[in-house]
Amino acid sequence: MERRIGMEASIAMAEAVGLCDADVVSAYPITPQTHIVEHLSELVANGELDANFVPVESEHSAMSVCCGSSAAGARTYTATSSQGLALMHEILFIAPALRLPIVMAVANRSLSGPISIWNDHSDIMAERDIGWIQVFVENAQEAIDLTIWSFRIAEDKRVSLPTIVNFDGFILSHMIEPVLMPDREQVQDFLPPFEPLQRLDIDNPVSMGPVGIPDVYTEAKYVQHKLLTDAYGPIVETFGELEKHFGRKYRPVETYRADDADVLLLTMGALGETAMTAVDERRKRGQKVGLIKLRLFRPFPYKDLLNAIGDKPVLGVMDRAVSFGGPVGPVASEVKAALFSARKHPLVPEFIVGLGGRDTSIADFHSIFDDLFEAAERDTTPDPRFVGLRE
Amino acid sequence: MKYQNPKPKWSELETGTAILTPGSARATHTGEWRSSRPVWNDEHCVQCGVCVIFCPEGCIAFQADGYPKADLDYCKGCGICVQECPTTSIAMQDEEE
Ligand code: SF4
Ligand code: SF4
Repeated sequence: MERRIGMEASIAMAEAVGLCDADVVSAYPITPQTHIVEHLSELVANGELDANFVPVESEHSAMSVCCGSSAAGARTYTATSSQGLALMHEILFIAPALRLPIVMAVANRSLSGPISIWNDHSDIMAERDIGWIQVFVENAQEAIDLTIWSFRIAEDKRVSLPTIVNFDGFILSHMIEPVLMPDREQVQDFLPPFEPLQRLDIDNPVSMGPVGIPDVYTEAKYVQHKLLTDAYGPIVETFGELEKHFGRKYRPVETYRADDADVLLLTMGALGETAMTAVDERRKRGQKVGLIKLRLFRPFPYKDLLNAIGDKPVLGVMDRAVSFGGPVGPVASEVKAALFSARKHPLVPEFIVGLGGRDTSIADFHSIFDDLFEAAERDTTPDPRFVGLRE
Repeated sequence: MKYQNPKPKWSELETGTAILTPGSARATHTGEWRSSRPVWNDEHCVQCGVCVIFCPEGCIAFQADGYPKADLDYCKGCGICVQECPTTSIAMQDEEE
């Protein structure tokens, strides 16, 4: 039976990892991820979770430990943020190349400099192409559900790839929210025991991570691309399983009041909730605005996105990181790439929102919707706008 | 054994490009890229084994006649044996010669 309780999102996420019976947790504390690993170390110390908690001296070591323990056949979890994720960088590529189904939470935070411990998506946008499955969550319930789901999809034998749950630092990680916490039995029904595709085993020796000479490397990278792209099917299937077991529905691309909308805005992560409130206010005024929420970031759900956009004339894209001197908004650039193949495509105004912990209010979303209506009226795309920039 | 095919199709790669057969490095003939080879002059060789020990490929072995020679399938032509031999019994020779 699930319990209805009030709980901080980070603690809820750690509880979910406990319910999944992780065998190894290796992490280095970094704001705003800290509460997750603190709570996991408590669970292990109190004997509530039978796992090896491996404290390390850096995130580089944390991810290295995770690769080793996953290769040995242990269900492996870690969490990080910002500079910590950046410090993991070179090892992040190893996990998918070796088909290691590690699950990691990234409590999204800006990157220095200037030094900033606050929330945006700079950290994960810099790790776009590491080859992991990546989802974004909006609230504590989604953090619980998709953490449990992540072990299932990562360990699915057709997939066997590491998976990241992105959840916004502070504005979600430190929020206390009502959640439905499943019990161990429910989770065990949904999540079968981990059976690795192959493991380090002295009785059946294998060498993992050998040199890939030029005659092999291209094929190896193609396999990785194909595996991650083909993971789409199992992802949708296991979202369905999740719904059957827990009653909550997840899709690679979700929408809010989008069907009859005149203008659309695409969001990713916790700010989607503020955006929904702004949409409701507009709807009360009789203005048809709608949201597209990108749940699955990798593999990128091209078809679902095009279906969700349909023939709407304007699609604003919210970005929470900057691709300097390039396309400005990294998500917008992917959305535009997805639209390029469509016969008809909307105007795509870009909005850089909530960098480095800048509060994003309902009024900010109204200013974005104003821009979207104006773009529709003039039939031109405005320049990318840094929302709330003092000029 | 699939991985030992030097030019596998993508569908033939092992999971995570793992190697399942111990000793598979033997199948990779690192001597292919050698541009010069060591040549022994046994006249002054004192069979001290310094070249055998110093060869980074471990491809020099004493032959039945008591003198060392390199296995050219693996000799990469680095010339370390030539450098280390105390009796200057080894010389490098261009592969083109
Ligand atoms: S040239 Fe280098 S690789 Fe070849 S036998 Fe001498 S030491 Fe070994
Ligand atoms: S190092 Fe020179 S002298 Fe010694 S065994 Fe080798 S070739 Fe002979």
